[in-house]
Amino acid sequence: MSVATRLAAVPGLLLSAPARLIELPMAGLQKLLGIRRMPWVFLTPNLLAVLLFALLPVLINVFYSFTGSDRLYPQDRSFVGFDNYATLLDCGNYLDPATCSRDLFWRALHNSMIFVPVQVTTMILVALITALCLNRDIRGRGFFRAVFFFPVMLSPVVVALTWQWLLQRNGAINAILDFFSLPTFNWMVFPQSAFPWAVFVTIWAHMGFYTIILLAGLQSIPRDVYEAAKMDSASPWRAFTRITLPMLRPVLLVVFVLCVIRSVQTFDELYVLTGGGPGSATMLMVQYIYEIGFAAQPRNFGLAAAASLLLGIVLLIFTALQLGLSRNSRDG
Amino acid sequence: MADTVTMGRTMSPRNLLLARRGGKKLHWTDILTYAFLGAGFLIMFLPVLWVVVSSLKTPANLSEFPPTLMPSTAQTSVVEGFKAPLPLFEVTTKDGTTKTLAQIRRVGLNAQMIDPANPEAGKIVVKVADAKPLRKFHLAFENYSELLSSTGGSDIWRYVYNSLFITVIATVITLVMNSMAAFALSKYRFRGSNTALVAILATLMIPATVVLVPVYLIVSELGLVGNLWGVILPTVATPTGVFLLRQYMLTIPDELIEAARMDHASEWRIFWRIILPLSSPALAVVAIFSILSRWNDFLLPLIVLNHRESFTLQLALASYQNENGVQYDQLLAMTTLTALPLAFAFIFLQRYITSGIASTGIK
Repeated sequence: MSVATRLAAVPGLLLSAPARLIELPMAGLQKLLGIRRMPWVFLTPNLLAVLLFALLPVLINVFYSFTGSDRLYPQDRSFVGFDNYATLLDCGNYLDPATCSRDLFWRALHNSMIFVPVQVTTMILVALITALCLNRDIRGRGFFRAVFFFPVMLSPVVVALTWQWLLQRNGAINAILDFFSLPTFNWMVFPQSAFPWAVFVTIWAHMGFYTIILLAGLQSIPRDVYEAAKMDSASPWRAFTRITLPMLRPVLLVVFVLCVIRSVQTFDELYVLTGGGPGSATMLMVQYIYEIGFAAQPRNFGLAAAASLLLGIVLLIFTALQLGLSRNSRDG
Repeated sequence: MADTVTMGRTMSPRNLLLARRGGKKLHWTDILTYAFLGAGFLIMFLPVLWVVVSSLKTPANLSEFPPTLMPSTAQTSVVEGFKAPLPLFEVTTKDGTTKTLAQIRRVGLNAQMIDPANPEAGKIVVKVADAKPLRKFHLAFENYSELLSSTGGSDIWRYVYNSLFITVIATVITLVMNSMAAFALSKYRFRGSNTALVAILATLMIPATVVLVPVYLIVSELGLVGNLWGVILPTVATPTGVFLLRQYMLTIPDELIEAARMDHASEWRIFWRIILPLSSPALAVVAIFSILSRWNDFLLPLIVLNHRESFTLQLALASYQNENGVQYDQLLAMTTLTALPLAFAFIFLQRYITSGIASTGIK
């Protein structure tokens, strides 16, 4: 028995006493309802939770997006039609956020539209190179795999504080620059430097996750394909473009979609690292929703709901894409 | 599951790009690989190591620039006639010899010093430029003891308790609820089972960030704003848990259940005594992921837990700097402590976690 299996037994042991108390009423319930209705008894708690905290909220969200006022409870809210959407989308010139009635929304959208493509392409590229390196027959492979993976386990707050400590004015990054007699910067004060660091830190934190998936994909490519290529004296580069990439394609697609979905929802790390600043230079969509619905006074739940619904539609498209892709890769 | 879980074994296929085993020469691609992985090691690992090292520095040591590599502190010496210990300096005298002197006070560009070995000789005036502070290696464990003591003013044990409470209770509820649903969806044939499965899995498509406002409404309708249960309940019905457990339970032979029914065991007894113990490998994976995500969760606690007594460790850490100015010694110690349990979990459970990710693509 491995450590994890033994750990999983602990809650089981703790629950054995209350479980005995449940056994009698459950047996009674079975007598009452008959064995054919028992699956519904088992399903009910989970279905209730799903209904209450996932499916119902979607409907309520739609309702919120069509109603106004800063009151939380639905009975206090008045119907305003598409006003919330109109407010969000009201813009003199869509390329210039300053002309929009909700300029912060457009800045967040604008930031996201730069952040997501840059972060996703860099992340996948670096993760792919790392996975290729880790897939080779080298010394210390397990060690290096752990090194690249462990930031995934760190909490976003810890990640953000770690890099804040390194990037502050008297931090280690500036000390290194100073050691080589290079000019030092106050990184987090200027948008031009804060944004690239925001991208870098999120890649640093999540890269290992995608590396692991890609590595599993690489290891599932049968070895004899490479042996055959070796017989035909194919160059390593040719083997990579003609064998590795095509066979890795389904996994790469899944990683791509997962990465986009996560990237669009980036919030925790940047909220602590930059707070969306300087100004609104690193504010992304989810932080906008948080700011307008929860942090700002008065709370504008209607606008927040409308913005999250728009975000949800984008995510839905990518999730549907992912489900389709993973089904394809499983069937094929 | 246990078989698919061991994907990271050293027996993985080696491909053409690999150096020949036993070959004498390193191929140029090997050198590139090692260079990349070495650079990766520095970038991934050093930042965290730096935080841990920094957390052991005294506040005075932390404010230095450029920072010292090792935690260190000024050497001091108790000199007769002075109450407080005096900092020691290495002074280069005019004739080129060096002497160790204790500084009494600094006046502009000069410093009044005294020889600790010979205090009767009286005060010596030294140029500041000629004096170098003497330092010694010193680990400031007091950062940690201050943080952990109740007199330090920080409610850290409160936050640890809140985080632990949420993590443990939510994980136990998740495991029981998800495995009950998985049992129903894998071991019974009944009308509506497909609908139920789709309804549960559909929530995969509803990210928490999109339903932030309505979840807050429901939590507040239940009167749970500022209550730890307000963070626990919205996250218990994880679709991935149901999915993983159902896939695993499908592989458990139905004959076991038939035999138990022959012996007049109730359905609940079958579930609790037969199916659950057999599913422990899958339960372990679900538990690990549940613990990880609860311990690290930030956005939901941020909107639901609105007063300090209910803060989790993550919330307290994030709000620490705003309220105490920047007290980096305590902040860094707290950061290290928050990451510590996960470091241990990682060392023991790495294989499970990485294989769980590789087989499901879910974190």
